[in-house]
Amino acid sequence: MSELLFPPGLLLIFGALLMPLGQHVRNGLIFGLPVLCLILIWSAPVGYVVTLPFLGFELEPIRITTMGRLFATVFSLMVLVGGIFAYKQASTLELSAAFAYAGSAIGVTLSGDLITLFIFWEIMAIGSTLVIWAARHEGAYRASVRYLMVHLLGGLLLMIGIAGHVVDTGSIRFEALSLESISQYLILAGFLINAGAPPLSAWIADAYPEASPSGSVFLSAFTTKTAVFTLLIAFPGTWLLIPIGIYMIFYGIIYALLENDMRRILAYSIVNQVGFMVTGIGLGTEMALNGAAAHAFAHIIYKALLLMSAGAVLYRTGKRRCTDLGGLFQTMPWTATLGIIGALAISSFPFTSGFVTKSMIAQSAADQHLIYVWFALAAASAGVFLHAGIKFPWFVFFQKDSGMRPPEAPRNMLLAMTVFAVFCIGLGVYPEPLYAILPFAVTYEPYTAAHLVAQFQLLLFAGLAFFVMLPMMKRTLTISLDFDWFYRKLLYATATTISNRTASISNVFSNSTQHAWKSFQTGFQRTRVSQYHLADNWPTGSMVLWIGVILGGYLLVDIYF
Amino acid sequence: MSEQTQDQNRRWLLRKENIRTLWVIFIAVLIVTVIAGLFVHQHVHFGIEDSFGFFAWYGFITCVGMVVFAKILGIFLKRPEDYYDTNSDKGSNKDAIS
Repeated sequence: MSELLFPPGLLLIFGALLMPLGQHVRNGLIFGLPVLCLILIWSAPVGYVVTLPFLGFELEPIRITTMGRLFATVFSLMVLVGGIFAYKQASTLELSAAFAYAGSAIGVTLSGDLITLFIFWEIMAIGSTLVIWAARHEGAYRASVRYLMVHLLGGLLLMIGIAGHVVDTGSIRFEALSLESISQYLILAGFLINAGAPPLSAWIADAYPEASPSGSVFLSAFTTKTAVFTLLIAFPGTWLLIPIGIYMIFYGIIYALLENDMRRILAYSIVNQVGFMVTGIGLGTEMALNGAAAHAFAHIIYKALLLMSAGAVLYRTGKRRCTDLGGLFQTMPWTATLGIIGALAISSFPFTSGFVTKSMIAQSAADQHLIYVWFALAAASAGVFLHAGIKFPWFVFFQKDSGMRPPEAPRNMLLAMTVFAVFCIGLGVYPEPLYAILPFAVTYEPYTAAHLVAQFQLLLFAGLAFFVMLPMMKRTLTISLDFDWFYRKLLYATATTISNRTASISNVFSNSTQHAWKSFQTGFQRTRVSQYHLADNWPTGSMVLWIGVILGGYLLVDIYF
Repeated sequence: MSEQTQDQNRRWLLRKENIRTLWVIFIAVLIVTVIAGLFVHQHVHFGIEDSFGFFAWYGFITCVGMVVFAKILGIFLKRPEDYYDTNSDKGSNKDAIS
């Protein structure tokens, strides 16, 4: 066994800093780093720990667990294929930011203590914000500042929670926590904010679609899934997560149905998919946790594939609204086909990756006899097909003929999409390798006749509903209000009003004090006292000089007497 | 150019008669899945899953419900695109500086 001493996440972060050194260095790093990272992750066995004493604590910058290794593996894979997608078109700033972002996400998945986790957590917020900045337009900048605010708030809650937890228990170990005091609730809140849980879900759909075509591909993968990972480790079986997850599932569907921007539809569906995982974590049985972890793995791949196809369309057409798009299958057939494979996978169509992972979560709800949860999950599966599985490809590639005849996506983009499409189908047909690296032994068999029939009925009739209801789904040039209204409108209006009021109050105040001071001065000038030297206006310099003289005098007195 | 020849020049998927064919195939597939449901036995947890075509009608009804619910919610939630920011770049990335 080789000695793994250097955290694989830091490797990507330091490598990212070398990317501006030149085109060749950059391209070498894009392909070399993720591969090296994968090798490092798999070079050490489960249970391997590196400790580092720090301020009286034993940090564990590396702790290999089955769960952490699963997430670190898919993150490395994501950054490799994302790099292939992006390396010709994206700026160096975006690529280095994306690699540092991915590295910090991997750092979180392999950290054994809460302090290491927190450090990587914050680097993640910075890296992702830089990825949004790399789009270099006004809308992206504004969205990124809102994004950063939400994540700094989340980080703050997490830090307070960790500090309180360490004081309470004396332990910094990152392990299953019980919700005993406010500290653990704050840690949970910090994790949930990054997962896109209510009420602060709006940041995903606000910020991700403002990034560049490749930027949103990177963004979709890491933040929310790192949050899923931390919830899996720290709060498995917390019942509170079930209603939160179900809310997220339906929030994603409903808002995606209302949305016109193609990448924002996909951003809402991230919340929807993470909702399935959060519900699974709340259910907390071995099968549910396996399902949540496996679903995160599959989700990263098909969601990246979907955003890649949307990114290729944006790159070729410069359009992002469904109302401007349509009919693109004619000149971008490969992008359309690969995008549809991603759409089928997100809908858990049989023989795609979603089918073999998501159904584990629903099955564990049935096994626990949670009838409402099971019914909600079944309806939601149909709803996913409705809002992402059909809506996205239909409005972008078919719908009406928009008249646009953009060329097919660049070759590197097609290659990246093909790799992920192969994964989507490969894992669906042959899930055993994925099942083998899950944290618990898998006893689940997805391909039964009953399950296949049920899923085909559910999805195809959801498809029927889509086409029957198509007149009601006509896209409009609108956005939808969300919780961010409170900080983008209400807080802004309140702050403006308050600052205007205080400005006028302070004007009145300073005018009156100035007036009083002036009348005092004129009154003073008239008296005889004003004739003396001490009553003059002194320059500040002379005051400083005299204070120096006095202090020097004290010093001399102190030394000699 | 008459409408018919224009229709002939279009892609296979965009021609009217083919869309009708696709609908026929789609409905046939739907019927097949419902019939197939008669021959498999769902593992019953709650009693209702084994009723006739349960997943078909449940999927259809819940989806119609979600679309209608979204439509109603849209009355209250939808705002013009420049609601938050009149200068924002919602339509395209034409302002991108590279």
